[in-house]
Amino acid sequence: MATGALGIHGVSKVYDPDGARVLAVDNCTLDIAAGEFCVVVGPSGCGKTTLLNAAAGFHDITAGEITLDGRVICSPRHTQPPGAERIVVFQNGALFPWMTVQDNVAYGPVVQGKLSNAEARRQGDELLRELGLAGVGDRYPADLSSGMRRRVEIARALINDPKVLLLDEPFRAMDALTKGVAQEFLLQAYDRMPKTVFFITHDLEEALFLADRVVVMTTRPCRVKEILTVDFERPRSFRVRASRRYLELKTAVFDAVHEEATRAFEAGERELA
Amino acid sequence: MRAARSLRQPGLYIGAAGVVSFVAAWYLLTEFFTLPRFSKLPGPVAVWSEFTSRTPTFGTSVFTPDYWKHAGWSVWRVAQAFFWATILGVPLGLFMGWKKVVHDYAFPVLELLRPIPGLAWVPLAILLFTGFASREAPIIFLAFLPAFFATTLNTMLGVASIDDNYFRAAACLGSKPRHVFLRIVLPGALPYIFTGLQISAGVAWFSLVAAEMISGEYGLGFLIWDSYVLSQFPVIVIAMVSLGIIGYLFSAAIRLTGRFLMRWTTQGVM
Amino acid sequence: MTASINLRKLRKRLFSKTTFRGAVAITLVFAGWELGSRFKMPILGSIPPPSDVLSVLHRITADGRFWHHWLASFQRIFMGFIAAQLVGIPLGLAMAMSLATRRFLFPILEILRPIPPLAWVPTAIIFWPTTESSIAFVIFLGAFFTVVLNVIGGARSIDQRYVRAALSLGSRRRDIFWKIVLPATLPSIFIGMAVGMGITWEVVVAAEMIAGKSGLGYFTWASYVGGNYPQIIVGMLSIGIAGYVSSGLIRAVGKIATPWQRPL
Repeated sequence: MATGALGIHGVSKVYDPDGARVLAVDNCTLDIAAGEFCVVVGPSGCGKTTLLNAAAGFHDITAGEITLDGRVICSPRHTQPPGAERIVVFQNGALFPWMTVQDNVAYGPVVQGKLSNAEARRQGDELLRELGLAGVGDRYPADLSSGMRRRVEIARALINDPKVLLLDEPFRAMDALTKGVAQEFLLQAYDRMPKTVFFITHDLEEALFLADRVVVMTTRPCRVKEILTVDFERPRSFRVRASRRYLELKTAVFDAVHEEATRAFEAGERELA
Repeated sequence: MRAARSLRQPGLYIGAAGVVSFVAAWYLLTEFFTLPRFSKLPGPVAVWSEFTSRTPTFGTSVFTPDYWKHAGWSVWRVAQAFFWATILGVPLGLFMGWKKVVHDYAFPVLELLRPIPGLAWVPLAILLFTGFASREAPIIFLAFLPAFFATTLNTMLGVASIDDNYFRAAACLGSKPRHVFLRIVLPGALPYIFTGLQISAGVAWFSLVAAEMISGEYGLGFLIWDSYVLSQFPVIVIAMVSLGIIGYLFSAAIRLTGRFLMRWTTQGVM
Repeated sequence: MTASINLRKLRKRLFSKTTFRGAVAITLVFAGWELGSRFKMPILGSIPPPSDVLSVLHRITADGRFWHHWLASFQRIFMGFIAAQLVGIPLGLAMAMSLATRRFLFPILEILRPIPPLAWVPTAIIFWPTTESSIAFVIFLGAFFTVVLNVIGGARSIDQRYVRAALSLGSRRRDIFWKIVLPATLPSIFIGMAVGMGITWEVVVAAEMIAGKSGLGYFTWASYVGGNYPQIIVGMLSIGIAGYVSSGLIRAVGKIATPWQRPL
């Protein structure tokens, strides 16, 4: 029985930095099925990260509600604190620099008291090996390349068997070649144990390669503009990028996003978060 | 291998040349050319011969127990002041950085007391501790105060410097408060803590010497003042140089401890 | 529009939980001091309570000699501090720009730096003709090392890309110094000044206690020697306020001189 259905219903979020009320998210509604790989695209600063942060429990919302498997986890009155059922992989990476790779990955189960130190390390090592990172266990994050670091962070999340994986432009800082490899490893992990994935990116090619559905957001305040279904089979090979269907989808997505991007560019918006 | 390589660095020789030039200038001005006011100062030859003689004219050299007694007293006092400043300052700073409640109550009090220079406390310190058996308390307190402020403030800044995302990641991964404190707050603030400890050691040393000069019975600070009063000028310089060396060693020890504890900083950003 | 937002910001901060807690903390400290002192508790009993201090405050501030001490301290601060900046800033810049200079001077500076400024007092008294000049010299030393280190640190941390951009836009070496290096180092210079000012006050107070006949440090020490204990606290508070004001002045000047900096 698949779990991890994320429901975003009529969510609005108003920021109030020093009295200037900024509407970041405006009446946004989106239902993500359990086990679905959902990619959200939109111009920078439009509020996608705000939505992700709310789903993760990092801040509250001004209106609407967010549900997980039908249970309300975020509403104007109550925000459930972040937990291991919806783990975030951050844009600039948040591997603890003072812990080795092995300790980082083992962190979650150990502090939750679910596994012993030794057992957590063993499982972590296995996970790392599946992600192509055998043998880096006792290195520090600063010694690794960005591609490797991001994969370690994904391992750190997956070892806790979360219901939802929230990824905030995780591959943004990587060059195109490293990005391609990282995407493939992510898909391999996804194919092995499907979870609900909420993935934010501004790279349209990446979106189409990874997603079951691509959600296009408007510029700030963000609302759902359009949803495209990506019906390629899984497991996906990179050759899918050369197919005709891919090109059709790309044109459709591009048209939708470009309009919003131009609007954002002309408005000269600074990124909020 | 590395030692041999560093010996070939040009910087080492230029730096050594700098030190030598300084000593040479000192010698020329005080003992060779004996310029008007400079001649009253002790020159390097006088200082060195006094320091290394087995029967020193003024009773203080490497070979006299007196010298080591004075040095020892200073070091012992600083160690105590530094110990208390660290034991009290680091936890307070960590909590102030981590929990806003603690910060809100503690910070105004600290900010009120901090602008008062450590040595302005001298008379008050003497009064506060009258009736205490040891005369050491006021001296150690004077060294403790500025060290405590430096440690607390730097530790607090260290916690503030931890990227918010580390706290969020820790929350996502199901941490309880004690995990956050021990495995995020403490290691995350460590670089700033060690910078603070170096500063704290420096100001403790500085305040201690002043306190000893004003109201001590032993110690290098006292030795400086006493030698001046007794016109034993070479001893002044001996004491000053000793202060410099010990101060430097103390700082280096803290820096090395920091580097050892923070092995994850590959480029040693400190 | 911004004026009303700033007013709202100010009001929000003034009436916030944070301010309330701070006020509570300070009130508790003063209450504890008053009670501990009045009831002759172990340590606090030896010092005068805040009420005693308040009662002598009026008399002291009316006395012209008190303000003469303020002037004397500020004069010394000024002389020594300005001297430290005049020597330290150019030296620091020279050391930052020229590798040879830095390699030559750095070791000897690092050796002299750990010697506490006050340890130089006897040497200074022997060397300099007047007490004033020897105190000024010690003050100079206190601030000097801080200034030099901050200037070097600031100048060396300038992103090389700025220099390269300037070069590709056709700058001469002179321009690079005056229009890139100097402005980029200004923030560090002011930080060095603010920290140096703190050290300067420490040194002044101590120097006045040891070898002075005027100034706030001397005033505080003399109050102790004369048995006038509440006056000690007045002296301490004065020094604290004076130090805070001088650092504030430097920070204000710094903000005017570096308008491009966003508040931290």
